[in-house]
Amino acid sequence: MLNQLFPNVNWEKMWEATYETLYMTTISTIATFVLGLAIGILLFLTSPNQLWANKVANFITGAFVNVFRSIPFIILIILLIPFTKLLLGTIRGTNAALPALIIGAAPFYARMVLIALREIDKGVIEAAKSMGAKTSTIIWKVLIPESFPALLSGITVTAVALVGYTAMAGTIGAGGLGNLAFIDGFQRSRDDVTLMATIIILVIVFIFQFIGDFITSKTDKR
Amino acid sequence: MIELKNISKLYKTKNGEITAVQDVNLTIQPGEIFGIIGYSGAGKSSLIRLLNGLEKPTTGTVVVNGQEISSISGNKLRNARQKISMIFQHFNLLWSRTVEDNIAFPLEIAGVSKEERSKRVKELIDLVGLTGREKSYPSQLSGGQKQRVGIARALANKPEVLLCDEATSALDPETTDQILDLLLDINKRLGLTIVLITHEMHVIRKICNRVAVMEAGHVVEQGEVLNVFQNPQAQITKNFVMQVSGSKESKDSIKQMLVNYPTGKIVKLSFIGTTSGQPVIAQLIKEFNVDVNIVHGNISQTANGPYGTLIVQVDGERKNVEKALKHLDTLEIQTEVIDHA
Repeated sequence: MLNQLFPNVNWEKMWEATYETLYMTTISTIATFVLGLAIGILLFLTSPNQLWANKVANFITGAFVNVFRSIPFIILIILLIPFTKLLLGTIRGTNAALPALIIGAAPFYARMVLIALREIDKGVIEAAKSMGAKTSTIIWKVLIPESFPALLSGITVTAVALVGYTAMAGTIGAGGLGNLAFIDGFQRSRDDVTLMATIIILVIVFIFQFIGDFITSKTDKR
Repeated sequence: MIELKNISKLYKTKNGEITAVQDVNLTIQPGEIFGIIGYSGAGKSSLIRLLNGLEKPTTGTVVVNGQEISSISGNKLRNARQKISMIFQHFNLLWSRTVEDNIAFPLEIAGVSKEERSKRVKELIDLVGLTGREKSYPSQLSGGQKQRVGIARALANKPEVLLCDEATSALDPETTDQILDLLLDINKRLGLTIVLITHEMHVIRKICNRVAVMEAGHVVEQGEVLNVFQNPQAQITKNFVMQVSGSKESKDSIKQMLVNYPTGKIVKLSFIGTTSGQPVIAQLIKEFNVDVNIVHGNISQTANGPYGTLIVQVDGERKNVEKALKHLDTLEIQTEVIDHA
């Protein structure tokens, strides 16, 4: 039945591509979460009236975020080719897509982290200070837990965007469903391959969104 | 315990400098409940934040517990803050933590071991009357319960000083009284020094021993609560006293009295402490053969004893009225002739 509807789909290849997409998305989401969180916290703490209020540091971090957030992803991949080559020795394969995915997504996520942190009641930070908390304590025990639902829904949105990015990275040789849809589907005019790749991508996105929403609602005690 | 010397605090804004606090000198004794009252913008929030170093004074020195808070920083300041707790108008609890974890937070900061933390948290939950709500989240609690968590959290590290930043301003009158009773109880049981800021004279009257009145960054008046109530000097203090003595309405009744009884004298009698037990009115009527009409009466309980005012019209033969007034002067009550009829 499935083979009749999708006569040209090579399932082994399809599952391999799915695995590659999941691999790229998962690794880059985790790395984006860590890096974006760090940059977002830095942006927050160096903004005026905050613990590390510092105009210069805030401006540099903000500029970095804005520059990398503004570069279209497809161009970013090309710009990062020398960097990737230096880092991994190759520009082909799933691992070679990771630097571009992370550098493209982390600044985007950092902005969302900043928005989440700004939503925290200033009084709560003041209360922690009045108890004699160190900045590191405030970061780990106030900023992150208090904004956790927002941080999670932010990373969910980012993960979904990253699925899209992996498809784009696929077209220039990173593998995954995007690569399959482009090479096997588009270039050979096999629409069923493209359609199947799309369906699987949609399923992945829905699963990500469902997991993200589920954990967000579980952790939100407001 | 707490000493503020020549404190001024300026804020720089785009529209120039704003003076929040100016030339303030205060001494607060160990174990007392000291109230600072003022309208919003009077500088009391800035003042209380100078006491735990959340704000630094522009000039002057702040000494709390023998430590000069205004000049220390880093670890020294953080350690000092563990002994100077604070509770807030909007409670400022961590919504992501349960009641017990909120109370444990300052203990985590102080590096207390896990077993000791849970023991101390249990004691505190009993102390503030939240038994059974340990596992609740702040969003599941009422305002009064949230403030109880705030108080328990503030007491966790056995502080010497408790700062209350408008701690009852977001609560209804009933809950306000319960929280004030709790503070009074803690003050007596633990010998804790309490400094509170408020815009409600009711709060001052109910639990404070001494009060400072702030207006436009200055302390315009300070002293024992009873004395301030009985004999307010500054106009703003008089307004605050009116809040609780209800004499604002009585002004209208005096006017009416003057219309109805155009003779005699209107006298305001203020009683404090034990004198409020004396049969003053009966004496006047019996011994001086005058009529006494009561225009307005009020009695309030303060932390240092009862305080009452009574506005009466004393009428009769002029000689008798004068004698009666002279007699009132000899008593231990304050009398003030308000208006000539």
